[in-house]
Amino acid sequence: MSLPLDAADLAAIWLTLKLAALTTVLLLLVGTPLAWWLAHTRSRLKGPIGALVALPLVLPPTVIGFYLLVAMGPNGPLGALTRQLGLGTLAFSFSGLVIGSVCYSMPFVVQPIQNAFEAIGKRPLEVAATLGASPLDRFFTVALPLARPGIITASVLGFAHTLGEFGVVLMIGGNIPERTRVVSVQIFNHVEAMDYASAHWLAGGVLVCSFLILLLLNRRGRPSVMPGTRA
Amino acid sequence: MRLPLLITAIACLSVNPLALADEVQVAVAANFTAPMQEIAQAFEQDTGHRVVAAFGSTGQLYAQISHGAPFEVFLAADATTPARIEQDGLAVTGTRFTYATGALVLWSADASLISDGEQLLRSGSFQHLAIANPKTAPYGLAATQVMQRLGLSAALADTLVEGQSIGQTYQFVASGNAELGFVALSQVYRNGEITTGSAWQLPADLYEPIHQDAVLLDKGADNPAAAALLSYLKSERAAAIIRGYGYGH
Repeated sequence: MSLPLDAADLAAIWLTLKLAALTTVLLLLVGTPLAWWLAHTRSRLKGPIGALVALPLVLPPTVIGFYLLVAMGPNGPLGALTRQLGLGTLAFSFSGLVIGSVCYSMPFVVQPIQNAFEAIGKRPLEVAATLGASPLDRFFTVALPLARPGIITASVLGFAHTLGEFGVVLMIGGNIPERTRVVSVQIFNHVEAMDYASAHWLAGGVLVCSFLILLLLNRRGRPSVMPGTRA
Repeated sequence: MRLPLLITAIACLSVNPLALADEVQVAVAANFTAPMQEIAQAFEQDTGHRVVAAFGSTGQLYAQISHGAPFEVFLAADATTPARIEQDGLAVTGTRFTYATGALVLWSADASLISDGEQLLRSGSFQHLAIANPKTAPYGLAATQVMQRLGLSAALADTLVEGQSIGQTYQFVASGNAELGFVALSQVYRNGEITTGSAWQLPADLYEPIHQDAVLLDKGADNPAAAALLSYLKSERAAAIIRGYGYGH
């Protein structure tokens, strides 16, 4: 047997890592304020927004992929917007995959951070306030450091979940090398083309990688890492 | 309380011998989805047998069949895959025949986009051209032959987006995410005309003829409904339906 992974496989691996990393960074930027709001608000919207964030946990990826495809099309709301901005349409592009992944992995980032913020409680923040810390100060120097374990859990889960994404990419990706052909799709291609040797190498790699990520997470002493469960 | 009742109900459903004997499980290439649904209806009316159909790309279905999927009849989108299945010893020898000859079409959901298809392809004035995965879908392979014979393979490479079957390819174009794509004529054609959008029916000399073969699989060897379906595909009523979707029969 020659090299187990060919150039297309390596491109798929690189693309997947890029997608997962970018998605995780974006989700931390968007998800942290959202988690803060969810943890502290008394608004009536808390229920609906929380449910919306959690939806990808229960929805089949085909549902997300299908609606994204329709929304991103030239007649869809998202497609109309991006076309007006001169960006063209998003389907079959890396940007489209990033948007899809952000939706798809949202609960895996927001919920651990929200749990962490809720576990801190009000007291440390009130103490900081009496010492003269401004709200922004309290957020960055008190809340964020205390929520660090939750944020780390969120990053790892967001990254790992995006690595495992398949259905959404299949629906909106178009199987384009170096742009939308991620590892899971490449494995599917190999299996479809009956190239089981290549499929094994990639699939085994994903399996080992995912296992190690979760092992690492659990060794950090986080007993409960799954979203939806309260620590 | 309700659980025993449920179990009984499921048991009844799954052991009903009549339902099993009259049912044929058929794997159908995605391009033949619409005609198959119509044929299945006519077949059920005429014979009383029930058709359970699964649709996918020919390559997908081949992989499933060679791993023990419970299909009894296979309607492929090419002639080579059924022949290979017969070689693998998974089909009944001598049952292969061509049930339809497919046609490829360049199609857009936009009714005004395609007036001169070849010129449009040469101009490259579009972002996305959808094709089916050439490795698993015969209509995808035919599309690559067209681009090759027009000398456009390299020029169009950057615009290509791949559907996993011709069904997904159609969906990319129908939703407007790809401005145009190579799909099966049967997907956009009814009784002599293109149903929506605009299309270029490709000259037959631009791709190898798509002879779509059917074969009786080993799992259906003893099922009368499977044999009945295969002979029904050769009947005049089925032929009329098949021609109505633009296939040669």
